[in-house]
Amino acid sequence: MVEKREIESTPTKNRTTVERTSERELVVTRTFNAPARLVFEAWTRPELLKQWWVPKSMGMSLLSLDADVRTGGRYRLVFRHEDSTMEFFGKYLEVTPHSRLVWTNEESGDNASVTTVTFEETDGKTLLVMRELYPSKEALDAAGTGAADATVETFAQLDELLVTMGARS
Amino acid sequence: MVQYTSASLDASFAALSDATRRGVLEQLGRADASITDLAEKFHMTLTGMKKHVGVLEQAGLVATEKVGRVRTCTLGARRLEEAAAWIERYHHLWSARFEELDTVIEELKRKEKADGRKKRN
Repeated sequence: MVEKREIESTPTKNRTTVERTSERELVVTRTFNAPARLVFEAWTRPELLKQWWVPKSMGMSLLSLDADVRTGGRYRLVFRHEDSTMEFFGKYLEVTPHSRLVWTNEESGDNASVTTVTFEETDGKTLLVMRELYPSKEALDAAGTGAADATVETFAQLDELLVTMGARS
Repeated sequence: MVQYTSASLDASFAALSDATRRGVLEQLGRADASITDLAEKFHMTLTGMKKHVGVLEQAGLVATEKVGRVRTCTLGARRLEEAAAWIERYHHLWSARFEELDTVIEELKRKEKADGRKKRN
């Protein structure tokens, strides 16, 4: 049954790839079956952004999202995942209609990364490339594995795992 | 994906429950160090530090290698597994986001088509 579902849904879904392209950079790519102006619209109109940025399938819920989407404008979003509330905020450095968005992620202080999203249209489809550039290798590592603050992050991960395992046994 | 067993989780949990051991991990995150270096840094006897490193080693959080008379400590293989697991989670999040974005975009396309028809009529 599971296999069948996968076969049925594959043709309509485009693949998301994630790659660590350098010590400081992560790159996500995905194609959308729509012209760039529509994809761009979904990224820049807050009421649309709200509909997809916090996926329900991940057990997250959006508490608030404010985004002043223009060069120099700020954004802040808060969401809940299980028992914790997470806050993300920063500033739009560039908003070029239908082709490019750049913003900062300032919630982790000195380790602030910069996200660049480009929209490239070919034959009515749009290739989206999102780059997350961290100030250093250490900052990227810290974001993921918490090498800088191994304690807090690893503890939280272990907690999660323990709860999951407890629920299973 | 990383497979965690109950025993290795217990070991990790125990290893991380001590402030000195968390400090040692943080220290090794910056640079490899010998047990002597670590003992000095944490104002501890060599024997005391050996015990802490032993606990971290058992949990797979630290690896040690003896060259001559010096035992050097590095972050263990577990960190690499965590890195892989993190990319996996990141990928999962973005796949889920983009699936919902597909829905939003389909709705935009549908609306645009409907508006186009209205204008032509």
